[in-house]
Amino acid sequence: MEATDFKSDQYVRFCPGCGDHAICAALQKAMAQIGVPTHKTVVISGIGCSSRMPHYLATYGFNTIHGRGAAIATGVKTANPDLTVWQMTGDGDCLAIGGNHFIHSIRRNVDLNICLFNNRIYGLTKGQYSPTSPKGFVSKSSPFGTVERPFIPAELVFGARGTFFARTLDVDMPGTVNCLVEAQKHKGASVVECLVNCVIFNNGTHSWIADRETRADRTIVLEHGKPMIFGKERDKGLALDYTAGLIPRLMVVPADDKRVLVHDATTPDPTLHRMLALMGQPTEAGVQPEDLPVALGVIRNVAEETYDQAVNQQIRDVQQKSRVHSFDELVGTLEHWEI
Amino acid sequence: MNTHLQSVVVRFSGDSGDGMQLTGTLFSNLSAILGNEISTFPDFPAEIRAPQGTLGGVSGFQVQLGSSHVYTPGDKADVLVAMNPAALKVNTGNIRPDSVIIIDTDSFTKKDLEKALYTTDNPFTELGLPESQQIIPVALTTLTKESLKDSGMDNKAILRSKNMFALGLVCWLFSRPIDKAVHFLENKFKKKPDLLTANVKVLTDGYNYGQNLALNINTYTISKSENLPHGEYTSIAGNKATAWGLIAAAEKAGKRLFLGSYPITPATDIMQELAARKDVGAVVVQAEDEIAGVCTAIGASFAGCLAVTSTSGPGLSLKSEAIGLAVMAELPLVVIDVQRGGPSTGLPTKTEQTDLLQAVYGRNGECPAVVIAASTPANCFKYAYEAARLALENMTPVILLSDTYLANGTSLWRLPKMAELPQINPQGVPEELRGQYNPALRDPETLIRYFAPAGKEGFEHRNIGLERDSKKGSISTNPENHALMTENRKKKVEQVAKHIPLLEVYGNKQADILLVGFGSTEGHLKAAVDALNEQGTPAALAHFNYINPLPLNTEQVLRQYKRIVVCELNTGQFATYLRGKIEGLKVEQFNRLGAQPFQVHEIVESIKL
Repeated sequence: MEATDFKSDQYVRFCPGCGDHAICAALQKAMAQIGVPTHKTVVISGIGCSSRMPHYLATYGFNTIHGRGAAIATGVKTANPDLTVWQMTGDGDCLAIGGNHFIHSIRRNVDLNICLFNNRIYGLTKGQYSPTSPKGFVSKSSPFGTVERPFIPAELVFGARGTFFARTLDVDMPGTVNCLVEAQKHKGASVVECLVNCVIFNNGTHSWIADRETRADRTIVLEHGKPMIFGKERDKGLALDYTAGLIPRLMVVPADDKRVLVHDATTPDPTLHRMLALMGQPTEAGVQPEDLPVALGVIRNVAEETYDQAVNQQIRDVQQKSRVHSFDELVGTLEHWEI
Repeated sequence: MNTHLQSVVVRFSGDSGDGMQLTGTLFSNLSAILGNEISTFPDFPAEIRAPQGTLGGVSGFQVQLGSSHVYTPGDKADVLVAMNPAALKVNTGNIRPDSVIIIDTDSFTKKDLEKALYTTDNPFTELGLPESQQIIPVALTTLTKESLKDSGMDNKAILRSKNMFALGLVCWLFSRPIDKAVHFLENKFKKKPDLLTANVKVLTDGYNYGQNLALNINTYTISKSENLPHGEYTSIAGNKATAWGLIAAAEKAGKRLFLGSYPITPATDIMQELAARKDVGAVVVQAEDEIAGVCTAIGASFAGCLAVTSTSGPGLSLKSEAIGLAVMAELPLVVIDVQRGGPSTGLPTKTEQTDLLQAVYGRNGECPAVVIAASTPANCFKYAYEAARLALENMTPVILLSDTYLANGTSLWRLPKMAELPQINPQGVPEELRGQYNPALRDPETLIRYFAPAGKEGFEHRNIGLERDSKKGSISTNPENHALMTENRKKKVEQVAKHIPLLEVYGNKQADILLVGFGSTEGHLKAAVDALNEQGTPAALAHFNYINPLPLNTEQVLRQYKRIVVCELNTGQFATYLRGKIEGLKVEQFNRLGAQPFQVHEIVESIKL
């Protein structure tokens, strides 16, 4: 299949320069690469700029109400596990109004591919701070700077016992396509945090890592089974510093250091995944050391039973053992008498 | 002496741990087997286990049995079984002046009286019970202990069987052979033969104790019903009937049944019943909240299921926006609202009809949905089935109103057969639209949109909660288009009136007085109309199960009566609705606001005034 097979006839209305254009193109490429036919693919969204995405994909789509995409997608997938279900959501839709559905879809491990577009701003309502805006962020609803602490999406995913987390940048097309394909291959709730730029209301929010000249030194693309090496010259690696105190910390070492870690996305213990995902993120202790790169790629990818499979398997198991298979047979089990 | 009665009301009352619900259920079913009509209503405390012997912990179960026209569990009890002084006190207002009261004398010690906040040591005088009450004092606890002294059971287990002694006594009082009760116990204690033996022994001893009572107590007989059509019957509670109606509808429609729900009193039984029905393929998602309950259902509907969410008033409020989405996206959806006392958390275990206007109007925008209401525990089956039929055939959300009274009450239910149930023809999509389908395309006659569930090849489309272009199905903010689409959604719901039965009048059709009601008050209103006609005040009843749209002949029927009294368990929501629908219609109101079912005599007295 070709990417054009997944292009709908709708004119794409994201602002010129918006990061969502890139993710839209990456989705079409990834869907073509995955090869699930358009009628077996369903794209669910809530409300927000990124939630317009279903209109641009020639699959089944449903642009629903604010924050509820995860719940609606859970219904679709549980009702018919043969469908491949994607959810498009933004930092407001997913982490503010839809926070409850987000954590519960992850906790249940519903087989959804969740694209979380994080531009750290409410765009469609024209520029209010979001749950991922950094503390002190000045916006129309925080003219003196926000006093709120932000969410780090990865932390929520791990806190909800997530089985898959990846992070990607709008400006990195191959990396994004790869993450989306991996998310689809993973059975369970797969969260891909797409760091996107809002050219109108929060331009440059990710430029620290997105700028072409500095990107290689400020990010690391994690690949399962490969050593954690990064930098323009690929001369830097990540290792654990056991001298920092009771709890080891990540540190940057020369790429040829024997202590350089090899990435294992499949280990069930999320401790190291969490440490990797938090690099470069604002934490309680302030932003982590600036020399630590922001992790991109598939950070966690663990196999576990999915909710939709378990629900449907339980039904099949009961049906196999039961003597009741129809309404008439069910009525026959009632205690009844003749009048 | 033995008195023959047409009907009798029995109330079992005790601590929530005394097994009153089981005792009442057994007695009711036993009576039904013997050919009586029955109607029951449990009255639970809100607390799961309040302190023993206190007023807050009293749990009751009322049943009316009779040979004809048993429409309600009855107003006041002819017979009260009071397991302790708290039960006696709580029920003083629920018994007739000439009733028979059976009390457990072992539970009327000084300490027991204090727990129930009596200030004297004579509860009967203190409560002002008239001399006409016949009190049967029985040492239930002592006699139960005596009965089971050789059983090897521990004291706690023995005491738990004293409800069976009371049941035996009541069976004697109503000349009910106990072998049928034994049959029910055999089912109940299938896996616990020791408990079965013990319970049967206590039951038998209770019955024999009654027979040997050297007291001058009346016993009663009640004839078999002559009104019920011949057939196989069971007794069923409204919530269970609702769940089974959905199961039947899904099978008839050839759809998968999907319920998204969140625990909420008094609707939870529906979810629990369906969660246990994996044998017939019901898919149940216990969602993280009310909103997710309805949203998972909307997702399942998009994927082609018979999709349902069940809730009570507070949950309906939370689901409003999502129901609007189903209206806008024109997806079939059944929303069950088992109403309770409100507003806010209100009175979760009590009954009210106060969500009517919320169901009809409680959404943003012009947002019409079909609203129907069940009116007996057993016909919750029929109306759940109807809700599913109307939703699937008309591509619309249907809100089914039930309430605590229907949900927990039971009535006789004639067992249906799949083949006898009405056809359900879910809306589909013409094959020739393959490759050109969009979600705004509709049948030009009925205005019902064509439906292709996700997964159908060649019908890929994008649905939305935003306004859609009436031809292309894509987002549109065009003013003429919005006006047209608003009309389409309205007319589509209005045309449902062609697919529902006409309104029928009960009682004396030539009367000047017409009582009007909707939903769960049907039994009380029928009983009131019967009583009025018997007492020489001609009266008729127009009772509504279909609320939006109203039956086509509604105005024509109502205009025939000089005096219309709309009776409802709220401040007048249905009256307001009717006034709005039928211009210039003059109606009086009879409203009860105590979060309790009507009392038939109150309605009768108010009409005769």
